[in-house]
Amino acid sequence: MFYREAGDFKVSYVDDSQTFPIKFDRYRYYVVLAVAFGIIPFIINDYWANALLLPFLIYAIAAIGLNILVGYCGQVSLGTGGFMAVGAYACYKLMTAFPDVSMFIHVVLAGGVTALVGVLFGLPSLRIKGFYLAVATLAAQFFLVWLFNRVPWFYNYSASGQINAPERDVFGIIITGPNAPAWATYLFCLIFLTVCALIARNLTRGTTGRSWMAIRDMDIAAEIIGVNPLKAKISAFAVSSFFVGIAGALFFAVYLGAVEVGEVFGIQKSFLVLFMVIIGGLGSIFGSFAGAAFLVLLPVLLKLIGVDLLGWPTDIVAHLNLVIVGALIIMFLILEPHGLAQLWRVAKEKLRLWPFPH
Amino acid sequence: MLDSTEGYVTEDGRKIGGVVMEMKNITLRFGGVVAIKDISFDIREGEIRAIIGPNGAGKSSMLNVISGFYVPQEGEVWFHGSKRPPMRPYEVARQGIARTFQNIALFEGMSVLDNVMTGRLNYMKTNMFQQAWWKGKAEAEEVENREAVEKIIDFLEIQHIRKTPVSRLPYGLKKRVELARALAAEPKLLLLDEPMAGMNVEEKEDMSRFILDVNDEFGTTIALIEHDMGVVMDLSDRVVVMDYGKKIGDGTPDEVRSNQDVIDAYLGVSHD
Repeated sequence: MFYREAGDFKVSYVDDSQTFPIKFDRYRYYVVLAVAFGIIPFIINDYWANALLLPFLIYAIAAIGLNILVGYCGQVSLGTGGFMAVGAYACYKLMTAFPDVSMFIHVVLAGGVTALVGVLFGLPSLRIKGFYLAVATLAAQFFLVWLFNRVPWFYNYSASGQINAPERDVFGIIITGPNAPAWATYLFCLIFLTVCALIARNLTRGTTGRSWMAIRDMDIAAEIIGVNPLKAKISAFAVSSFFVGIAGALFFAVYLGAVEVGEVFGIQKSFLVLFMVIIGGLGSIFGSFAGAAFLVLLPVLLKLIGVDLLGWPTDIVAHLNLVIVGALIIMFLILEPHGLAQLWRVAKEKLRLWPFPH
Repeated sequence: MLDSTEGYVTEDGRKIGGVVMEMKNITLRFGGVVAIKDISFDIREGEIRAIIGPNGAGKSSMLNVISGFYVPQEGEVWFHGSKRPPMRPYEVARQGIARTFQNIALFEGMSVLDNVMTGRLNYMKTNMFQQAWWKGKAEAEEVENREAVEKIIDFLEIQHIRKTPVSRLPYGLKKRVELARALAAEPKLLLLDEPMAGMNVEEKEDMSRFILDVNDEFGTTIALIEHDMGVVMDLSDRVVVMDYGKKIGDGTPDEVRSNQDVIDAYLGVSHD
């Protein structure tokens, strides 16, 4: 009924290429933003922040980052965990070295450092593709985790080998450490997610995004048309790692507060983010949100239903979670390779015709 | 033979200029296989130049040499009066050479509009930070190029499928979108690799009309490979004939048609 473009005429190319061409979509988007920034910070409590909202926001940033690389540029990466670790350790070193600098700057710089490391490990992509590239990035994953475990400089020679986030603030509001209020950590991550999503959207709708997608769809034709493959692939690795690095920094500093690298940023993390991208939808910003929300919500929901409602043992529910995620991955790969984002698109397509079928 | 700077006038009265691209003694080998053997020919400004020959004659390899995808072992490529050093295909594209492919090479995951916009890459000057910010330079550039692209979409009559993903289009339209993508680059030299392969008569007529219109309206120099002799003889101003990697004929369609070597290559020759 409301969801259609009929009568909503575009008279300029700017209007035509905007992010949400349909009015209803646009308003829905403003409402979501208003609720996220204006309402949730006032009603948030520690449980909501730590169980749902923070992991969702942070994983969404990581998923957007990986989606740029895998979904838009077609370069498979299994090194997400390692790159998140780079972000986390860069942030830790910066936080301890410059205690007076704002956390905003630390997190952005941590992203920058990760971008450089990502470019370095992205160089093999110029020569190898597909499976072989996946293996090369897997090597990055194991190497980076090993590096942060073995070189004491990275964890400031602490006896446990862990890194702990000291208390830091932004404009006098404590963001990290155990005393940080839930609303502040939530808003901090939300700001990063919003900016990252906007940047990702702007890049993917413009020239850069088109060169990435051209490389993904047919690299030889792309090169003959004038896409510089070196520039396209390296820029995809840089932007992707920048986002993943920010996610890693937030994950360590704001969400967990203390990190043991092998446990937190191991290969499981790489797969988790990759699953988010696959379930959410390759090559879709919305899909990154959907995938992150889904995989963060699923264990919480299962626990709610299984443990609290039905009284099952916790370990069975935890295993059930793995089984369901595995089954879903297979189902999505076979039935809907474009993930939740495509289902959403189909639903919107139907909604445009509703209530008349033609 | 004509001098390289002086032009000539075609039968239908179009003026053809000097040499745009000259291939000098090109030899291309893949291991022991000689794909192209000592071929020289030129392409003049504003003309429609056809390369024909039986299967495996080396026509597509020739086009790949021109577009920089293969680097010949011997010989020189001259473009606009200067010798071209070996360069990557995207650098060749920057010089103003665009092409279409024998097997459609569109970006299947993107819409028609995005595909054609990709053809404008060489005109995009903003850096990634400006694009990330979007407002201002990047948006202005996007709109400016969109206008150029819309003209081509108009010209090729594909307005109705502008926002359709390419993967949903039928074959004939895909070919047309590919032409649009090549035209979007406003090339000085347009290479068409079998633009009419697998089309029915009606689609062939459409495509022929578009090729003539492109040449006529934009003054684009065109080099094309085609198997349909009727089409080739009608469209082209001059024809190069290749067989087994060698040039066996070069001239106007009429000259080529009466060339004994060409007739032998196409019809076969008795060996008794």
